Amino acid sequence: MSPPTAQPPRQRPKYYDLNLLNLPAPGLLSIFHRISGAVMFLVLIPLLLFMLQQSLQSEAGFQQWKSWLSHPLCKLIALGFIWSYLHHFFAGIRYLLLDVHWGIKKESAQASAKAVLVLGVLGTALIGAWLW
Amino acid sequence: MVKQAPVGAHYGLRDWLLQRITAVIMVVFTLFFAGVLIGCPPQGWADWKQLFSGNFVRPLTLLFIASVLYHAWIGVRDIWMDYVKGTALRLGLQAVTAVVLIFYFIWSVAILWG
Repeated sequence: MSPPTAQPPRQRPKYYDLNLLNLPAPGLLSIFHRISGAVMFLVLIPLLLFMLQQSLQSEAGFQQWKSWLSHPLCKLIALGFIWSYLHHFFAGIRYLLLDVHWGIKKESAQASAKAVLVLGVLGTALIGAWLW
Repeated sequence: MVKQAPVGAHYGLRDWLLQRITAVIMVVFTLFFAGVLIGCPPQGWADWKQLFSGNFVRPLTLLFIASVLYHAWIGVRDIWMDYVKGTALRLGLQAVTAVVLIFYFIWSVAILWG
């Protein structure tokens, strides 16, 4: 037997696949859950509080926000926020169900992740159709 | 002697649980509020103001906002813990986050009862 040689540890290849499209559905759901949460913290919470304040303070403020929300560009931005809320909402409910061990098998977890991704977009489309 | 950074991950179960409790509160409020908007949509400013002046919707809205803010605290803190490695910078960011969220809460009370 030869004595162990003091070789430097072998360089192992690293596979960091940062392409979101290659993530499995639960991974995609998870990163969108995080991104939507961050967006809502940074922008949506202060924006909604400001809107609530202006719209409750005076009728002029109320009408101002109403007319802004009828602008197509504002509607488009609103849809982005609505998707953030809906995705976070449905993904959160899925996590709550996983917490009580509902649908925890690999197949059902992947199916529910796909359902959440679809529901978020579908709900946004429905609200979008109602807005227009 | 256990060495723990003041911004380490050692608030485990309590925050995990509160994140879920606040989530359930938000789900219930969301369904309730969507029901109001669909069932009897406010027809103008008077209706809108009326909606938030009741002794039911007003405290319920504050409960919802408080849940959002506490939920956001846990989530945003998790993001800092995942991506910001230096203790000093992480402490700074968490402090700013906490102050902002407390400000939002005070602001919400002022809006709803102002």
